[in-house]
Amino acid sequence: MPNGPDLVIIGGGPAGLTAGIYACRARLQTVLLEKTSPGGQVLVTDYVENYPGFPDKVSGYALIDQMVAQAKRFGLSIENGEVASVAPRQDKGVIELGLAGGKTLSPRSVIVATGASPNQLGVPGEKELTGKGVSYCAVCDGPFFRDQEVAVVGGGDSAVQEALFLTKIVKKVYLIHRRDELRAIKLLQERALSEPKIQPVWNSVVEKINGSDQVESLSLLNRETGEHSSLSVQGVFIFVGIQPNTSFLKNLLKTDERGFIITDEWMRTSVQGIFAAGDCRAKPLRQISTAVGDGACAAFAVEHMLNGY
Amino acid sequence: MANDNVMHVSDAEFDSQILQSDIPALVDFWAAWCGPCRAIAPVIEELAGQYQGKVKIAKMNVDENPVTPGKYGIRAIPTLIIFKNGTVVEQITGAVGKAMIESALQKAL
Repeated sequence: MPNGPDLVIIGGGPAGLTAGIYACRARLQTVLLEKTSPGGQVLVTDYVENYPGFPDKVSGYALIDQMVAQAKRFGLSIENGEVASVAPRQDKGVIELGLAGGKTLSPRSVIVATGASPNQLGVPGEKELTGKGVSYCAVCDGPFFRDQEVAVVGGGDSAVQEALFLTKIVKKVYLIHRRDELRAIKLLQERALSEPKIQPVWNSVVEKINGSDQVESLSLLNRETGEHSSLSVQGVFIFVGIQPNTSFLKNLLKTDERGFIITDEWMRTSVQGIFAAGDCRAKPLRQISTAVGDGACAAFAVEHMLNGY
Repeated sequence: MANDNVMHVSDAEFDSQILQSDIPALVDFWAAWCGPCRAIAPVIEELAGQYQGKVKIAKMNVDENPVTPGKYGIRAIPTLIIFKNGTVVEQITGAVGKAMIESALQKAL
């Protein structure tokens, strides 16, 4: 019999924590590995207003603190660790996890709940000026731009919600979007378009971020007219979609073309004993509410597999 | 979660405590309103225990201390800066994993 835990959950966002709650209640010996501390992308949001049960909205970290307390109450062990390699060992009936730092773990099952990270624009100046005016977290970095002019790039829910957050701090927000209408949910669109501090810049893409030591301006291209222009801003906040945190899996699991893990409705991946839940999974909607559902289902599926139901 | 190994440094003490330090120093620039700063805090505390006597591990609250973050052009938090003999040897932005911080510390030792 392998001496590892029944289950290792990789990642401590809403999917991983929910899987932990369900697994511990099923009396599976469970370890959750988190490379910083629990929370994931929820920690970079100002507040959450679409997760049921909080009619007055809830801050990202208050929600996570509650989830962590709930998981610990049922005995979830949360450890600091970053998984560097994953290898199934069918002969031994375990999955071998190699951690950064050299330690290994041999659980009987694994739930990958590693979430996703913001995409970069991939334009000149972006890498060099990250932390010097280029940001992927308005809640973290917005206060450095008090009464200044900034740009938000993107047109989805995150871009619009963060632009609205920034209006509480900055003088003006240019909302740069490559199309002529926003993709964000209607409620957020209505708020943004009626906010006097937000000025949409339609049909435009950022070609270059300029500045010697700090962001000074953006080079823009209008895709309709082909016109090039320069926009003077002190900060640029980029929200152009996300990419899954799955590179450590090194093509072990079947994914879609963007690297999101493909599962069935039991959250089973293409490899026996490995499950996936939350934002790292290929699915139509990535929200706290859908991550929570994935996590519960994945733990349930693990329990079924281990108990031979 | 208080930890005696992590010192809190102010603008006034920055020169004597960090720039004049005879061992390398890592400063975690943070603020109470920053979620990822909270995420990285336990990692910083763990490293402080581990590197005690080898690296001075400090935190600076950017709300209470505006001068030093301004001097180093910090416009994102958490930002971790490793100083050696008064100069910046490494700057890390965002809540990264412990392994990445450790490899930066190893290079500074």
